[in-house]
Amino acid sequence: MIQKRYFFIVAMFVWATVLPISAQATEDIQWWHAMGGKLGEKVNELASGFNSSQNQYRVVPVYKGNYTETMTAGIAAFRSRRPPHILQVFEVGTATMMAARRAIRPISEVMAQAGEPFDSSRYIASISGYYTSMDGEMLSLPFNSSTPVLYYNKKAFKKAGLDPEKPPKTWQQVEDYSKKLLQAGYECGFSTAWISWIHLENMSAWHNRAFGTKANGFDGFDTRLLINGELGVKHLSKLVEWQNKKIFVYGGRRNLGNAKFNSEVCPMYTESSAGYAGFKAAADFDFGISELPYWSDVVDTPQNTIIGGASLWVMAGHKSSEYRGVAKFMNYLSSPAIQADWHQSTGYLPITKDAYELTKQSGYYKKNPDMEVALKQMTRVAPSKNSRGLRFGNMVRIRDIIYNELEGVLSGERSAKKGLDAIVKNGNRLLRKFERVSKTRSR
Amino acid sequence: MDNRQTIFNSRYLPYLLLAPQLIITAIFFIWPAFSALIQSVMMEDPFGLESVYVGMENFKILFADSEYLDALGVTGIFSLLVCFFSLTLSLLFALLADRIIKGAGIYKTLLIWPYAVAPAVAGVLWLFLFNPTVGIFAYFLQWLGYDWNHHLNGGQALLLVVVAGVWKQISYNFLFFLAGLQAIPRSLIEAAAIDGAGAVRRFWTIILPLLSPTTFFLVVINIVYAFFDTFGIIHQVTEGGPDGATNILVYKVFHDGFLGLDLGSSAVQSVILMIIVGFLTVVQFRYVEREVHY
Repeated sequence: MIQKRYFFIVAMFVWATVLPISAQATEDIQWWHAMGGKLGEKVNELASGFNSSQNQYRVVPVYKGNYTETMTAGIAAFRSRRPPHILQVFEVGTATMMAARRAIRPISEVMAQAGEPFDSSRYIASISGYYTSMDGEMLSLPFNSSTPVLYYNKKAFKKAGLDPEKPPKTWQQVEDYSKKLLQAGYECGFSTAWISWIHLENMSAWHNRAFGTKANGFDGFDTRLLINGELGVKHLSKLVEWQNKKIFVYGGRRNLGNAKFNSEVCPMYTESSAGYAGFKAAADFDFGISELPYWSDVVDTPQNTIIGGASLWVMAGHKSSEYRGVAKFMNYLSSPAIQADWHQSTGYLPITKDAYELTKQSGYYKKNPDMEVALKQMTRVAPSKNSRGLRFGNMVRIRDIIYNELEGVLSGERSAKKGLDAIVKNGNRLLRKFERVSKTRSR
Repeated sequence: MDNRQTIFNSRYLPYLLLAPQLIITAIFFIWPAFSALIQSVMMEDPFGLESVYVGMENFKILFADSEYLDALGVTGIFSLLVCFFSLTLSLLFALLADRIIKGAGIYKTLLIWPYAVAPAVAGVLWLFLFNPTVGIFAYFLQWLGYDWNHHLNGGQALLLVVVAGVWKQISYNFLFFLAGLQAIPRSLIEAAAIDGAGAVRRFWTIILPLLSPTTFFLVVINIVYAFFDTFGIIHQVTEGGPDGATNILVYKVFHDGFLGLDLGSSAVQSVILMIIVGFLTVVQFRYVEREVHY
């Protein structure tokens, strides 16, 4: 037994030392990502598709855990001078990555130096804008982008005497519909995933209200939060009122509450458009997707929603030949056929206009009109300075503060106004901290 | 008197023999602790590209943060509850198991079993049982008319992590208590019984004092457990929420540092945590240990 084990270990060593030599013909590109389960399989498929399309480079996808874990792993690897070539970073980490200009290589620069064709106007503006610097340089490649939509249970709608083809458009209607659903015996009207992203961040953009000063942080690090305004207080107070009547139920952080929709407890549910695949697999009832509701007494027509998800960052500290491989792979990922397939199989948005057109022409949206809802909602109007996205440093911790305060408000500990004031106060403190460390760097 | 002292021929041999232990302590304790101290007076970006010396400012910011003060309180309550219940329940189980004659092995195995479960797995287990939407216990409670939602109700969330934490630790304590009980000479207990002391009296006047070295050891271990090892459970079950109701110090250190990437603040917190645990240990060994009879 022991001998066998020794043999195995020795074999591993030999393999590990010999392999780089035998594989010298192709250069390895490390791609650290956070896509588990079905999405992880899809990521592997993308990599192997690229690998078999040429023989100079080999993209090696490595699953590093959830978004935060992946980002932390990438940063730790950078600190020990062994970063991956490509790192997937979720949208709230964007400002942190942008501020670390010496740790990253802007995607537009990588493309230009590798001589790969790159035209940033090919990308859908409301998506790529999130990852573009103040002076118009595209810094990372949007990969998996989504936006919040309303999912509704058609079976429940029928049971409550509601028209399953007429989902609620406004929050007032959500309230009315919920009452009918409660009367029909349902435990709750609606619930939500990602409460901070959907009910604070997106609500601001959707109603064209500022989440923070300086165009939500796009115009500089000296930004302050503004979410304790009229809209924020109104919406949150309503959620509290609804929660007392069971019209709304809080299902927990992130998307822990998804089971409330799957198991037919709450017939309406606001969640990312990328939740589609999961619901499709888990729900044994017909459901529809419609635009995120809005307050018709606040705006006549809503603005656009903002994205969530992640983008791919190119890390500094590698050989220029390897960056050529990275550039080739980024171009492969952006090609219309690949993007259209990614969009259709995952529910994430296509990142280029060509991929959107291709999907349209293939007649996909005719068969699956629900899949176009998110895109229309994102691209219906040109983004305003309130709806381009959010760019705040320390956003991961600001989200924690938001979760804490919202939970405090929803459990009746404090009023909506008080909770939002606390978010602004504590959030601003974190923004100042971030500004300080980032300022020293640019000096 | 013959000289029994061992003479080392080389001056360096003792140091050499001590070296492995010293090196391990230096690498795994002194070096990280020292880095934490340095880090705590710096403000640094996550990538370590630039850091600024800020003196005591990280400390000032931390103590101005109501969230941190809440976490201190939560840690106190949480540790007290976990220690108290894991010690009393396991002592009770040990006393009962000690009396059993038939099938003792089965009982003991079953009681020790939870210790083999990793904290994160234990967390997932309890999480599924009490998931407000699909959990079997939550369903049962709802059926009884009790509204269970630990995602929103801080008291319920704290209760859940305390129960999970206690459940996990009972096995360990049980094992030591049982060994302690079996080491108590039967003759003492029998003598007391002949003198007319009842079971309760025997417990308070003989068993408990004789168990005191074990109890003292377990108190120290359990405080360390509640402070540090319950981390996995909290991470899985509540992530410190809702509204900070289960946010204990060690979890906050991890969360702010490794997830929030705020290294300065995280370092300050670990320095404070180090001081607290050091202080507690000194108190235990100086004052509590006096009550222990070996």
